[in-house]
Amino acid sequence: MAARVEARRISREGSPWTGLWAVVAKEMADYLTGVRMAILEALIVLTAAGTVFMAAENLRTTVGQDRFLFLRLFTIQRDPLPAFIGFLAFLVPLIAIALTFDTVNGEFNRRTLSRVLAQPIYRDALLFGKFLAGLFTLTLVLTAIWLLVFGMGLVRLGVPPGGEEVARSLLFLLATIFYGGVWLALALLFSVRFRQPATAALVSIAVWLFFTVFWGMIASGLSQVLVPLRYGLVQEVLAQDRVARALARLSPITLYSEVMMALLYPSIRAFGLVGVLLQFQEGVILGAPLPLGQSLLLVWPQFTGMVALVVLLFAVSYISFQRQEIRA
Amino acid sequence: MDGPVIQTQELTKRYGDVVAVDRLNLVVEPGEVFGLLGPNGSGKTTTILMILGLTEPTSGTVRVMGLDPARQPLSVKSRVGYLPDQVGFYDDLTARENLIYIAKLNGIPRAEAYRRIDGALAQMGLMEVADRPVGTYSRGMRQRLGVAEVLIKRPALIIMDEPTVGLDPEAAQEFLQTIRDLKAQGITVLIASHLLHQVQAVCDRVGLFHRGRMVLEGTVEELARRILGGGYRVHVEATGPKTAILEALRRLPDATKAEPTGPERYVVEGRRDLRGEAARAVVEAGGSLRALQLEEPSLDDVYARYFQEVEHGREG
Repeated sequence: MAARVEARRISREGSPWTGLWAVVAKEMADYLTGVRMAILEALIVLTAAGTVFMAAENLRTTVGQDRFLFLRLFTIQRDPLPAFIGFLAFLVPLIAIALTFDTVNGEFNRRTLSRVLAQPIYRDALLFGKFLAGLFTLTLVLTAIWLLVFGMGLVRLGVPPGGEEVARSLLFLLATIFYGGVWLALALLFSVRFRQPATAALVSIAVWLFFTVFWGMIASGLSQVLVPLRYGLVQEVLAQDRVARALARLSPITLYSEVMMALLYPSIRAFGLVGVLLQFQEGVILGAPLPLGQSLLLVWPQFTGMVALVVLLFAVSYISFQRQEIRA
Repeated sequence: MDGPVIQTQELTKRYGDVVAVDRLNLVVEPGEVFGLLGPNGSGKTTTILMILGLTEPTSGTVRVMGLDPARQPLSVKSRVGYLPDQVGFYDDLTARENLIYIAKLNGIPRAEAYRRIDGALAQMGLMEVADRPVGTYSRGMRQRLGVAEVLIKRPALIIMDEPTVGLDPEAAQEFLQTIRDLKAQGITVLIASHLLHQVQAVCDRVGLFHRGRMVLEGTVEELARRILGGGYRVHVEATGPKTAILEALRRLPDATKAEPTGPERYVVEGRRDLRGEAARAVVEAGGSLRALQLEEPSLDDVYARYFQEVEHGREG
C-alpha cells in the first residue's frame, strides 16, 4: 500500500516530450535565420569549396590509379590550403559552440525562460528540444557540405564513386555530426551553468583550446612520467606509446581523428607507434586496404566513446537544469 | 468551478537556512482579484512559483483548482496564465510569432490558435503592431502583449507578478483597468506587488506579506478598520481661532485624534465618518469652513502602522 502511494507520488503526469517539436521548430528557425549561423555557413562552405577544388585538381592526374579517389577529396592537401578534414576538425567545434553557448542563459537574460516554462511543458522538452535543434542544424549544414564535396568531385573528376567510398564517407559524416554533438552538449552544459553567455562561450572555447593544443603534450608528458624508459627496449617504447594513446583518447578530438583516419584511410590498421610498425611487419602488404567492416571494428570503441560522451554531457546539463531555480 | 481556485495549507519553502515562505494558508475564491502584497523579498514570487509548480514546496500542500501543481503540472499550467515580473519576449520575432510559439507549446490546433491570437491581440489593442518585432515595443505594450499571451490559453486563473512596475502612471492606470476587464470576464486574478497603493484599487481582498508570512488578510476596508483604529481620516481646512477649532474637533464623539497639519489645516481620525460633525464643530467654534475631505484608507498606512505596532509590542 505504502509502495503504491509512493509510486503515485513519484510518477509525473503526461509525457516529458510534450511540446518538444514546437521547441525544436522554433530553435531551428532561429538558428537558420540568424546572422551568426549565416557567417559560419559561409565560412565552412568557402573552405570546403576551396580545399576540395584544390584536392580535385591534384587528383585529376591520378584518376584510375586509386580505388578510393573520392575519399582522397577529403584528405589530400595542396599548398597553400590544408586538407578538408583539417579544416573540419577545426571548424565543427566552433560551429557547435556558437550554436548553443547562449541557449539557456540567453532565455534567462531575456526573461523568457519563466514565461516559457509556465506553459504546459516539462523542462525536459525545452532542454532536449534545444539540443536536438542544434544537432539537426549541424546535420543539415554538414550534409549539405558533404553533398557539395561529392558534387564537386563528380564534376571535376568525372568518375562515379564506388559503393564502399560512399559508405565510408557517409559514416565519416555521421562521426562528424556526433563530434559536433560533443561540443554542442558541452556548450549547452555551460549555458545552463553560467548566467552570462560570454562566460559560457569563453569557457567552452577554453576547453576546446585545452584539448586542441595542450592535451596532446600533457598526454605524452604524463606517459613519460608513468612509464619511463629504463633500458631503451622496444617493449618499453611500445608500452609508453600505449599509455600515451590511452591518455590522448580521453580527448574527443583524438577520438574523432582516429575514427576519421580509419574511415578515410582504408589501409590504416592501428594507431600510434604500433600503426607505424605494422606497416613494416612481415605478411602485411604495404598499403593494402582493409574491408569497411574491419576499419569500423578498429574504431568502434572510439565511435561509441564519442556517442557516450554526448549522452553524458547532455545528462549532466539535464540534471543541472532540472535543479536550477528559474526565478530571476 | 466549485471550491477555491487556490488553496494552500501550511505551505513552506526554505532555501538553506532562509525561510522564503513560512506556513502560508491562502484561499482564493473563484472570480475574485486577490492581492499578494508586501515589500520585495517577502516571499511573494516564491509563493507564485510554488502555485505554478515551478518550484517544489519544502512542506505543506498547494491545490490549484483541486490539482497538485507538483504532480500534475501540465494540467495546472494549461489552466493558469502567468505574467512574470518584467515579462520578456523574443525581441527579433513579431508579437504574432511570439504568440504562435506559445500556442504551439500549449498544443492548440493551428486554426484555433490563429483565431485566439487575433482575438487576444484585438482585446489588448495590439492589432496594428502585431507584425512588428517585439524589440520595438514600449514597456506598456510588452505588458499588454503578456496579457494577450496569457489569454490565448483561455485561463481560469491569471497570476501576475509586479504587473505595474516600470509603467508610467497612465499606463499603470490603463493596466489596472485591464485587470478589472479580466475580472468582468469571470477570470480569477492573483496579483503580487509591492506597490500597495496602486493595486489596492482593483483587489477584492489582499494578503499582506512580511518576511515570508502572510500577516494580514482581508478586504482593504476591513484591514483599515482593524489596524488604523477606525481608519477614517477627515481633512479639515478652516480659518478662525485655531485652539478653539482644535478643541472642538477633539471633543467630537468617536474621534480618536485631532491634530493640526498646517496653517488652517487639521486632521481628525475617528471610528466612523465624522464629516458632518466636524463641519458643525468648526462653525460652532467660530471658524469658517473652507474644505472637508474624507481620506480613503491606504494600504501603505495599514502596512506601516501594523509594523510600527509590531515593533512597538516587541520593545514593550
